[in-house]
Amino acid sequence: MSLSFDRIKEKLNILADAAKYDVSCSSSGSVRKNNSDGLGDSSGMGICHSYTEDGRCVSLLKILLTNHCIFDCAYCVTRKSNDLQRAAFKIQEVVDLTINFYRRNYIEGLFLSSGIFKSPDYTMERLVMVAKKLRLVENFNGYIHLKSIPGASDELMREAGLYADRLSVNIEVPTISGLKLLAPDKKHEDFTKPMLKVKNEIIQYKSEKKIIKSTPKYAPAGQSTQMIVGATGESDKDIMYSATHYYKNYNMKRVYYSGYVPVAEDSRLPAIGTQVPMLRENRLYQTDWLLRFYGFGVQEILNNDHPNLDMDVDPKLGWALRNMQYFPVDINKADKSVLARIPGLGMKSVHKIISARRYRKLNWEHLKKIGVALNRAKYFIICDSNSWEHKDIEGTKIKGLILQNSVGKFRKEYSNQLQLFS
Amino acid sequence: MNATKTFIYDGSFNGFLTAIFVAFDEKTRVADIQKNTASQSGLFSETESIFTQMDKAQRVWNGIDKKSHTAIKDIYFAFLSETKGVEMLLYSYIRKMFTTTTSISSDYSDGTVLKISQLARSVGREKHRMEAFVRFQLTKDDICFSNIEPDFDVIPLITKHFRSRYADQQWLIYDVKRKYGIFYDLNQVEIITLDLDTAYTNSLNKSVHFGEEEYNYQDLWNNYFKSTNIKSRINLKLHKQHVPKRYWKYLSEKKAV
Repeated sequence: MSLSFDRIKEKLNILADAAKYDVSCSSSGSVRKNNSDGLGDSSGMGICHSYTEDGRCVSLLKILLTNHCIFDCAYCVTRKSNDLQRAAFKIQEVVDLTINFYRRNYIEGLFLSSGIFKSPDYTMERLVMVAKKLRLVENFNGYIHLKSIPGASDELMREAGLYADRLSVNIEVPTISGLKLLAPDKKHEDFTKPMLKVKNEIIQYKSEKKIIKSTPKYAPAGQSTQMIVGATGESDKDIMYSATHYYKNYNMKRVYYSGYVPVAEDSRLPAIGTQVPMLRENRLYQTDWLLRFYGFGVQEILNNDHPNLDMDVDPKLGWALRNMQYFPVDINKADKSVLARIPGLGMKSVHKIISARRYRKLNWEHLKKIGVALNRAKYFIICDSNSWEHKDIEGTKIKGLILQNSVGKFRKEYSNQLQLFS
Repeated sequence: MNATKTFIYDGSFNGFLTAIFVAFDEKTRVADIQKNTASQSGLFSETESIFTQMDKAQRVWNGIDKKSHTAIKDIYFAFLSETKGVEMLLYSYIRKMFTTTTSISSDYSDGTVLKISQLARSVGREKHRMEAFVRFQLTKDDICFSNIEPDFDVIPLITKHFRSRYADQQWLIYDVKRKYGIFYDLNQVEIITLDLDTAYTNSLNKSVHFGEEEYNYQDLWNNYFKSTNIKSRINLKLHKQHVPKRYWKYLSEKKAV
């Protein structure tokens, strides 16, 4: 017994280490009720069971089935030419790990990806077998996210969606030219074909479900994708326009942005030791959020005049400073969509303001109590108080005032980055 | 006019609701509402002991719930925060509810309402954290056992979550601070009080109650936790913000071995 545990431990170290660059950790968006007194229940809301020392959420057992790979993509740590220890899990081993971790409340479920051994279909088939065994043999209702293998066949993608809650294919490099450069063995269609299949299956499932209640679920948490940021010279505009394309044309639930962690000595890539662009990654997520929940159009935030996001201020503040003609906004009168565009106001504050102003007109004190970040918001609003902080100050001046009075979490790193170029 | 009174109740939520019932029913001028374990008599008020009566408690619960479902949830959550003086805060909140015609639970510009909703939020946050940070250890007699030590009394709030998630295993979640727990025997969840001589935390030495396999899985999880960290992105401040240090001793991935 202890012998096999040692071997499993070794495999787990290798195959978790190789899987960690996939940033998706979501375990939400899928309702899978435990109706059978079996194991597990997904309520639709994800739970982060722990956080790594780099601050990322751990909600799923995220591993590769194997890190053997027939491909040689420059950005990938498991690429063929990389000299590293290889391992592969047996199907039953992944099932046992998932069940035993889940029973101890370590995880919400499994995120299984893989290097490609033999062929895309051979690999995909094994991923599907793990999910199938978990559902049918172990009666497991926790979350399963399978990574689709680029180039896998439609039949396997269909089967995968019957057992997985979410499917994803990582497009990795945001531009087609970048992909050609870094992953010469892969074609753009290898990534988009499985996505298209999943999208169509979901649409079909939804229409059948309306007629036949018992239609088996198909990837109820939808599909997601990831792109690596900062490996090739693309602009933020390239990245976000590409993301918008995938949201729109493939019904993506989420697009993840992963700051490139140098894992290879390669002349096409940033050198090992280059700082991970975490601030940029953060700005991209903020932008993604503005597009999905705040009613912004991508061209408002990024365009030819403004192809890259500001590093010193968040994208909403950046947009507001370039569009002072929309301000100040009257907190006590403005519509929800207008309130959502005020820097320093999150959607939660917006909802609270709308609720609270039914009782009385709101002033600075109220807004502060509600949790509005007044250090930013005060330049853009009027409320039930005489003093108005805006007083026709121009955007650049406001920016200076805000930066002076704030201690952003990235201030230190930001100044480090500046020093690099000075 | 009635003299002011201090109510002493048994510390249970139903006891508290009974006190509210009595206060309204007898039109009492309430000076304070105190738990019997922590009562301090006021100088200028007489005390009255409240005996929990389910039917009275139920009527207050229904009355509030009928007015606003958000309010009853906020009241219950805020009560479980065990914050000193929360009873009087809740009393004034409930009085306010019954004297206005509109729902007050979203009037965040009112100090009492805001405070209650904030307390409820803190308790909600810890409820969520306990759903995340329970670490079951499998005993030799096949019970999944967990110690917790939450700031707030959240066990009543997490029962349903664990019941629906772990329907096919026996489990026990024990609150070390409040010395009671919940036990699921494959049929139902019961509240139990235990006097454990040792807290079987994950950071202490191995205990004879758990088998070798249990420690193997803890070891695997601990290893997984370390392998999945990206060293070039390390951010301990963020880590501690998400996983507050006070919980560490109960987390198998943070054990110091």
